[in-house]
Amino acid sequence: MAFRRALKRLLQEIPNQCVYVQGSRCYSTEARQMVTMIPGDGIGPEISQSVKDIFSAAGAPVDWEDVDVTPVKGPDGNFRLPPKIFDSMDRTKVGLKGPLATPIGKGHQSLNLALRKAFNLYANVRPCKSIEGYKTPYNDVDLVTIRENTEGEYSGIEHVIVDGVVQSIKKITEEASMRVAEYAFAYARDNNRDTVTAVHKANIMKMTDGLFLKCCRHVAEQNKDIKFKEMYLDTVCLNMVQDPTQFDVLVMPNLYGDILSDLCAGLIGGLGVTPSGNIGQDGAIFESVHGTAPDIAGEDKANPTALLLSAVMMLRYMGLSPYAQRIEMACFDVIREGRVLTGDLGGSSKCSEFTEEICRKVRESE
Amino acid sequence: KMTDGLFLKCCRHVAEQNKDIKFKEMYLDTVCLNMVQDPTQFDVLVMPNLYGDILSDLCAGLIGGLGVTPSGNIGQDGAIFESVHGTAPDIAGEDKANPTALLLSAVMMLRYMGLSPYAQRIEMACFDVIREGRVLTGDLGGSSKCSEFTEEICRKVRESE
Repeated sequence: MAFRRALKRLLQEIPNQCVYVQGSRCYSTEARQMVTMIPGDGIGPEISQSVKDIFSAAGAPVDWEDVDVTPVKGPDGNFRLPPKIFDSMDRTKVGLKGPLATPIGKGHQSLNLALRKAFNLYANVRPCKSIEGYKTPYNDVDLVTIRENTEGEYSGIEHVIVDGVVQSIKKITEEASMRVAEYAFAYARDNNRDTVTAVHKANIMKMTDGLFLKCCRHVAEQNKDIKFKEMYLDTVCLNMVQDPTQFDVLVMPNLYGDILSDLCAGLIGGLGVTPSGNIGQDGAIFESVHGTAPDIAGEDKANPTALLLSAVMMLRYMGLSPYAQRIEMACFDVIREGRVLTGDLGGSSKCSEFTEEICRKVRESE
Repeated sequence: KMTDGLFLKCCRHVAEQNKDIKFKEMYLDTVCLNMVQDPTQFDVLVMPNLYGDILSDLCAGLIGGLGVTPSGNIGQDGAIFESVHGTAPDIAGEDKANPTALLLSAVMMLRYMGLSPYAQRIEMACFDVIREGRVLTGDLGGSSKCSEFTEEICRKVRESE
């Protein structure tokens, strides 16, 4: 048992590369990895199943541990998140999350907050790439927003000074800024990206954004193989809507990231096709950021693209890039070909048909 | 919740007193998401300082940038209207500049001063010249001088009396 665990750890440290011998299937010594799956509400279960089916078709060495995160009543009568979500993530360290309905009360926010705190999820990563076959007013978008996710304007520190005067504190720390900056450069290198741009307003917020910028500059100095730029947030927005192709990897504090990540999702078609990952020191959770779509839940109409592309990010994170590549390519091929598309993509196919088409392509690509 | 909450509460209060105008509320990130997909759904947007800094530049980008976007700063004791582009030192003094942003800001100023008929004529003349596309400065895709572009607008304004 101890030997198997040691072997698994060893194999996880070696990049999982499949060697494809001509014509034959690769019998890699990859260990199977367990992933925590939170299917979510509404269309969540359907699109989660799609992802599982596609992973299966690809032969990805991933096993799923499903967890329902509906709050449960504790002995004191209060509703809490079920402990099994933390148990599971503690073991697997990797999660895939579907959309969650906002329950009455604060359950939904608590889950995101609780997960973020439990696993120190400090960077929110959204790759935004134009999808061929899904036309938007913007073409050739290929950028990544990396948002510091633990502090900044969302530290939740607010107070009343006098009646009618309220103040909010934006907290920026060297530790958090260095951490996200280092992640941004590592991400750029690992994904063959050219340039990291720090997005800030240090001209106005001299101390807070100034510190953030200083940290980015420091990390840039230690990563001279990656180009580094700095740009004011308002200038980024002005340029983003005129020519988004000029941008590559963007790193920024919390609020700016909240805004820019959604802006960029809009450029490529919205939250229904945009992947998202939350990276932590102790684990990572990948998730679709669209809603639960209760109006079409259970009707086999949902589009699993966002969750699937998030799962693709997850595969890369887990060191399973060849599988990521095949699945991503199959998904993009199906959308480009335009024959089998869900309603939101302009077609009339069912979720299961769209999923099966991707599975077919994945099997063909072996 | 407290800061933006207070802002929102005030907007709601004023909305109640102005029921002839529709009122909506929207999260900033949702606005940005929708703005780049379909900006035509938006009308007048009011917001706190930082969001305004961001959104005003985003929206200027949608219509072509700071070179064509007017701007006004309204105060209790006065108002200043301004172009928000740079000084363009590389073309300064060469009769190449595009006066549109400053002109449209001046049009805003005329309206503020209660001189709407003049605002209307000047604005229409400016838009007509750009639409016709015969006399345009370099940044608008043409090769005319600033003075030529200006004279063309003057001509149209005189014609419209």
